[in-house]
Amino acid sequence: MESKRVTLFAGHYGSGKTNIAVNYALKLRADGKPVAIADLDIVNPYFRTKDSEKELTEAGIRLISSQYASSNVDLPALPQDVYSIVDNNTEYAVMDIGGDDRGAYALGRYADSLKKENNYEMFMVINMYRPLTRDVESTLEVMAEIEAACSMKFTAIVNNSNIGEETTAQDVLDSLGYADEVSKATGLPIRLTTVDEKLYNNLYGKVENLMPLRLQEKIN
Amino acid sequence: MSEKVLMKGNEAIAEAAIQAGCHHYFGYPITPQTEVAAYMAKRMPKIGGTFLQAESEVSAINMVIGVASTGKRVMTSSSSPGVSLKAEGISYLAGCDLPAVVVNVQRGGPGLGGIQPSQSDYFQSTKGGGHGDYRNIVLAPSSVQEMASLTVKAFDLADKYSMVSMILADGTMGQMMEPVSLDVGEVTKYEKPWALTGTKCEREHNIVNSLYLKPEELEIKNFERYEKYKAIEENEVMYEEYLMDDAEVCVVAFGITSRVAKNAINEARANGVKVGMIRPITVWPFPKKVLEAAADKCKAFICVEMSMGQMIEDVELAIRCKKPVYLCNRVGGMIPTPEEVLAKINEVNENGGAF
Repeated sequence: MESKRVTLFAGHYGSGKTNIAVNYALKLRADGKPVAIADLDIVNPYFRTKDSEKELTEAGIRLISSQYASSNVDLPALPQDVYSIVDNNTEYAVMDIGGDDRGAYALGRYADSLKKENNYEMFMVINMYRPLTRDVESTLEVMAEIEAACSMKFTAIVNNSNIGEETTAQDVLDSLGYADEVSKATGLPIRLTTVDEKLYNNLYGKVENLMPLRLQEKIN
Repeated sequence: MSEKVLMKGNEAIAEAAIQAGCHHYFGYPITPQTEVAAYMAKRMPKIGGTFLQAESEVSAINMVIGVASTGKRVMTSSSSPGVSLKAEGISYLAGCDLPAVVVNVQRGGPGLGGIQPSQSDYFQSTKGGGHGDYRNIVLAPSSVQEMASLTVKAFDLADKYSMVSMILADGTMGQMMEPVSLDVGEVTKYEKPWALTGTKCEREHNIVNSLYLKPEELEIKNFERYEKYKAIEENEVMYEEYLMDDAEVCVVAFGITSRVAKNAINEARANGVKVGMIRPITVWPFPKKVLEAAADKCKAFICVEMSMGQMIEDVELAIRCKKPVYLCNRVGGMIPTPEEVLAKINEVNENGGAF
């Protein structure tokens, strides 16, 4: 899989960033690359990259995550190790950014280094079945807020439109027009359309750049 | 295209409140309910409503009293420690007979506790929490869809009886994402002749107050209020019965634990154990009658709770201690597993109970 050295996943709250980031990191690793994944979420203390710690570590992926993630306190702290991603450019890195502009503020402190190296992609994860990104206009609004908060620009779009367990192949197909419109309005390509692996066979050949997702399980 | 959207429980509460005509929200952030406030902050300016992050929970609930006095629909939300802070204001709302919706997305306690889910504010919400003789209507959703539909219901009941309705959720319900339909149907409008809307020199002043100088008057007011509560206990009880027709063991659980219990019950049924569930949807008014009727058919009850055993007291009262009631619980932010509930069902089925 062709990939820049650093891949950032940002987007609206609950759009599926963490799930996609974990799957993306596993895919990079399966290609034999040295990979680190960093959890930069300072908004949501519950659904975290750390929930997949076992799977990631077993795959040989370096997990950078706050010791407070998925614990009994809500401390929006960033681990110091995140700097190892921007300082060490021999390793591929996936960064999971917190939702909305509030989550993207945390990315801002690494923006200068990332821009200087200029070997990154920043993906906007979109889901038209989320009530606050139901149409192109509201999606563009969220994108602009995120870009302003982290001082970085998106380079591509990931269409993750789904309504959870009830998602049908048709729901995904129905979202393609919306994703195209977001793409046209921003001039950004749709790099991936991500679907629950159960829908993959159904949609294979019908959607470009389709990527199956194995859904993360929440650990208690 | 699906008409449903994918929402967090907290977001569903916020959007449903707006759909129900609530254009005034006052809150203060606390995990795990912050998404209610965050959602309101985004949506309210777009519909010309009011979102205000108060300087504290105490301040927020007093703002609620202000808007409620004008007859407008109003809501606040918090999580356990924050609801404790709101308790004084909730008592004043009760004393003033004002309608409002208060949401509690519970977390572990007591004290600061932790941010993981809990059901240990059952006493606080159903027995008072604040001072004085009063009740709140308390609705306990068990899905994101119910987070939406019961919020609409909460506004309706608050207006109908001029009192506080609470949504008693927990961290899991607030954080989980599920498909939800936001079609809330027709919203009933209630006349509020008592509201402070300005006399325009056309009527006597309305007064909203909870202070009574004469104890005789305060006594009458309390008696009147309890007549109203009696009518609510008669008319507004909501519950779900699950596989109760031939059940010999009756599980009682609300909210997230009812979902865990359902999985365990299905498993037990597959092994031939006759077990069912009564899920209170209103935890006040409590579904006493259906439980008492079940006590004549079942040999034992099991309360599945994320508390040290709070609802279990209401179950024992409702069934007048006719049958033994066992507790299956986890606390501190831990959720009982279906395996734990199943083990309890099997244990009670084999060794417990009495016909």
